[in-house]
Amino acid sequence: MTVELPEFSAEERAAQEERLRKVWATPGGWRYWTSVNNSEIGLWYGVTAFTFMLFAGLLGLLMRAQLATPNNDLISPELYNQAFTLHGTVMMFLFAVPIFEAVAIFLLPSMLGARELPFPRLSAFGFWSFLLGGVFVCGSIFFNAAPNAGWFMYPPLATDKDYSGIGADIWLLGLSFIEVASIAAAVEIIVGIMKCRAPGMRINMMPMFAWYLLIVAGMILFAFPPLIAGDILFEMERMFGWPFFDASKGGDPLLWQHLFWIFGHPEVYIIFLPAIALMAMIVPTFSQRPIVGYSWIVLAAVGTGFLSFGLWVHHMFTTGLPQISLAFFSAASEAVAIPTGVQIFVFIATMLAGRVIFSVPMLFGAGGLAIFTIGGLTGVMVALVPFDWQAHDTYFVVAHLHYVLIGGMFFPIVAGIYYYFPFVTGKRLSDAWGKIAFWLMFVGFNTAFFPMHFAGLRGMPRRVYTYPEDFGWDWFNLVSTVGAFIFAAGVATFVVDIFWPKPKRLERNLNPWNSGTLEWTNDPSEDWGMRSVPIITSRYPLWEQKNLQADIEAGRYYLPDAKSGRRETLVTSVLDAEPIQCLRVGGVSYVTIIAAMALGGVFIALTFHWWIATLVCAVMTLAAVIYWLWTGTAQIPEHREEDVGLGLKLPIYVSGPASVGWWAMFITMVGDGTAFASLMFGYFFYWTIHSDFVTAAGPGLFWPMVAMGLYLFAWALTIAARALNEKGPTGCRIALVAAILVTLAASCAGLAGPYVYGLDPTQHVYPAIVWIAAIWTVVHGAVGAIMQLYCLARSLTGRMTGEYDQDIRNVTLYWHFMAFTAIVTFAVIGLFPMVAS
Amino acid sequence: MATLFFIMLIGAALIWAGVVGLLFYAARKRRTYSEQVAGKVILWGGALFPAVVLAALLSYAVWLMPNVRPWFGTDDPGLRRIEVTGEQFWWRVRYLDQDGAALFETANEIRLPVGERVTFSLTTADVIHSFWIPVLGGKMDMIPGRTNRLSLLAEKPGTYRGVCAEFCGTSHTMMAFTVEAMDPPAYDAWLATRQSTGGQDAEGHALFMKNGCSACHTIAGTDAHGVIGPDLTAFGTRGSVGAGSLGNTADNIARFIREPAKVKPGALMPHYAMLPVAETDRIAGYLKGLQ
Repeated sequence: MTVELPEFSAEERAAQEERLRKVWATPGGWRYWTSVNNSEIGLWYGVTAFTFMLFAGLLGLLMRAQLATPNNDLISPELYNQAFTLHGTVMMFLFAVPIFEAVAIFLLPSMLGARELPFPRLSAFGFWSFLLGGVFVCGSIFFNAAPNAGWFMYPPLATDKDYSGIGADIWLLGLSFIEVASIAAAVEIIVGIMKCRAPGMRINMMPMFAWYLLIVAGMILFAFPPLIAGDILFEMERMFGWPFFDASKGGDPLLWQHLFWIFGHPEVYIIFLPAIALMAMIVPTFSQRPIVGYSWIVLAAVGTGFLSFGLWVHHMFTTGLPQISLAFFSAASEAVAIPTGVQIFVFIATMLAGRVIFSVPMLFGAGGLAIFTIGGLTGVMVALVPFDWQAHDTYFVVAHLHYVLIGGMFFPIVAGIYYYFPFVTGKRLSDAWGKIAFWLMFVGFNTAFFPMHFAGLRGMPRRVYTYPEDFGWDWFNLVSTVGAFIFAAGVATFVVDIFWPKPKRLERNLNPWNSGTLEWTNDPSEDWGMRSVPIITSRYPLWEQKNLQADIEAGRYYLPDAKSGRRETLVTSVLDAEPIQCLRVGGVSYVTIIAAMALGGVFIALTFHWWIATLVCAVMTLAAVIYWLWTGTAQIPEHREEDVGLGLKLPIYVSGPASVGWWAMFITMVGDGTAFASLMFGYFFYWTIHSDFVTAAGPGLFWPMVAMGLYLFAWALTIAARALNEKGPTGCRIALVAAILVTLAASCAGLAGPYVYGLDPTQHVYPAIVWIAAIWTVVHGAVGAIMQLYCLARSLTGRMTGEYDQDIRNVTLYWHFMAFTAIVTFAVIGLFPMVAS
Repeated sequence: MATLFFIMLIGAALIWAGVVGLLFYAARKRRTYSEQVAGKVILWGGALFPAVVLAALLSYAVWLMPNVRPWFGTDDPGLRRIEVTGEQFWWRVRYLDQDGAALFETANEIRLPVGERVTFSLTTADVIHSFWIPVLGGKMDMIPGRTNRLSLLAEKPGTYRGVCAEFCGTSHTMMAFTVEAMDPPAYDAWLATRQSTGGQDAEGHALFMKNGCSACHTIAGTDAHGVIGPDLTAFGTRGSVGAGSLGNTADNIARFIREPAKVKPGALMPHYAMLPVAETDRIAGYLKGLQ
């Protein structure tokens, strides 16, 4: 692409900048918190996640203090059990995953050359949900009500109300709420990476970080829904006694273990891959050359993502599963070491082929790699079944997982913070403090965790609040405790470095490390991100495209101005990044906070069984979301096209697969479909375990078939409404009214089967799973009806026309998934009993 | 098993030294290498070498699995069989005869004949526990609704310790048992004489009965037939009090009777601190005397 770049006079540029500044301004005063700019949300997200990490770290220190000497009684067993449960839960759900959502939201637009991610308000909604859910979960320990059954929450211990009290509900509902936020972030990240890259940045030119985040967001989409499905079954058992995990009524506690680890193992790579992504940005910069083996590392990352879904059973090697399946999962677990090895060697190869400048980010990176390698090697050991039988649930595994996560995730994130600090604030962190922090952390970490290998090999089990003396565990534990406090001192040093007063003036150079990637063209003192959106022709544009920074700053590329007075970003095609739309993104708003608080209210009220408050909050959530959509999405623009500069005019409104909204719906429904598949997995899991599973009275054949037929009819009517809408509003409106009525009828028929046949879900797991499948589908049908109603209202108010038809197209897409859900549900609950018996 | 571990330990140390050495060299070297050379480093170091090593290691481990833990023939008649049930927070142990019928029950202590494979049937009465005797072999979970089998072989006589390895509640930490590996003749003799009568201390026994201890506990050969708590037959010979909580002395027994939840938080046994000290001491002495 060769284009003539325009030249603006100084006055023109000043006027452009004035307009841009006004459009992208972060509000002042208390309205600051209504901001939705990715740089604000990213920062809040990051600071919040880091604070949760410090809190969980203190819990870790508390545990180490208790274990310093044998038979210690510093804290009670009850508190200890809450502390280790919360330590794991907070580190995994409130730190490790969110910190990367934070980094991604902060960095991605700049890296990709976008002004903003496509759904800034969704990011804000995710952040507020995360904050509220996180405070709720963490706060519980101050009321002696924290979850106490381990972060894995195995039933029947965790379903035992006498033991787990309200803590288990706080875990299930608080974290479900946070998982919603994670999935929102995943949708944002995937659509952002696929559709918002700078023109010319073909998919094979994306920065490594974008590749990794695309893979990780995809993994979140398939890994979190099984846990959400598990959470639903779990809460139904706790609240209403539906016996999904109760072996005395046909349930099975192992179903939870499967669902939990189908989430739990990909989770490890969801945490680890973004950290590697940061290293993949840092290593080329400090080797001053492009990464060696770009395709190697991308393939390795994709391979890791795939394999990570086939390993979950290695957490269940001692549950008595057949040895043949253990051997299979053992092989898969070993196989994942190969792509991991490739990624590490890509870094080494890049350093070999470049001239390495050693700096604090590289120090943390290399230290992390040395630690992680030990974790990887012990991982190879525990993945071997005979060794795992011995090491499972001992301190050997505690050592292993901390080597993996702290070496593979924590050190790289600290490296990333040192590296990107100038990008965020325009100032560098101190080299001297950084080195002190590094050595304290490195020495402290190894002192704390290396001895745990030996304690484990000498038979010390995990999750014990004390231990007898004279088993040879005393010294190992004392040394571990000392090391833990040294490690904490290192973290404290790092925190001090961040808050230490810095000189007022900014770095003269926007790109202090001489990096090659696009984000370093951004001026941290401005809110607009890219001054103008450049045309990209290489993987390291700042190294390889001449005069790029100056041209960007002079506004010589796309979108140098904001004449429309709206926040705009370019949407490009998925593979080749051809510009296709000038997207208007959402600005400052309260609605995101209100929606998050209302949804939080639903989960919190459910925890305490305040049914009326739950209902009120649910209605508020629905109202807030509809208001948000109504006023913020699919707005018909005042003119068709926008001049984005360089002589290019792009449409403002697009619909169907060209639009970001369609992709967001598609991706969300893939996640939703995964949760549904997990429920169906449960149905067939019970059937494989108990051959007599479906012999009890079922929902009959008649009503399920009627429901299926009606849902398919409603689906056809929705499709018809979309087609008719292109010809004129009347036919579309009639079809929509019919579709709504048929959907309501279908929902009644869906529940009629189990109701008419009097299935009692508290008696046995079979009626319970039939009910849950029917309810799942009917709830989705109700959401589908609300969407049809929404389209009808949009059409009646002239907000949806034949030309501007995003709403109905996205709703039709929803209904494709809805039809699939209905077919599967009613075929399974109606027809399968005939096949099985 | 030990061989596998030492192979892995030495291999891991060498690989770690190699990776970190290479990293250190890459950071400090003066020259730069061509992309071709660097690419070969990825291919050989990152892909081929680990693939070969892992394939070899995996084959060895898979071959080892049925040797360490035979999964066929665990139902053969003639095998010694013991049924263990995990309960919060102790172990119910039943010795079975050739037909699978229970010979007798005991708790928190397992005796094994040296040199003979023993098949354990593992179940739970409440939550998930995991049965683990570190010295004899790996662990096996006890899961509601399932019966898992585990075959173990004690190679030399001695006293070992077993623990619960899966977190099972407040006193998961205090859920241990003792394992006594005995010469087969001594073991058979013990099996035969185990159905002994109660102790000689009639007054202690009377106090035991008067205070309702027998509602939960059995002492074979007496009229104490409770089945809720651990069987206390021959309690004096056990290795510990409260499933590994305390050493087996009369003082510790008395302490446990008076305040079980202090010794073992979350223990389901009610406390007997309201009894006169003389009575609890007498019961403790009686239990210690059961041989």
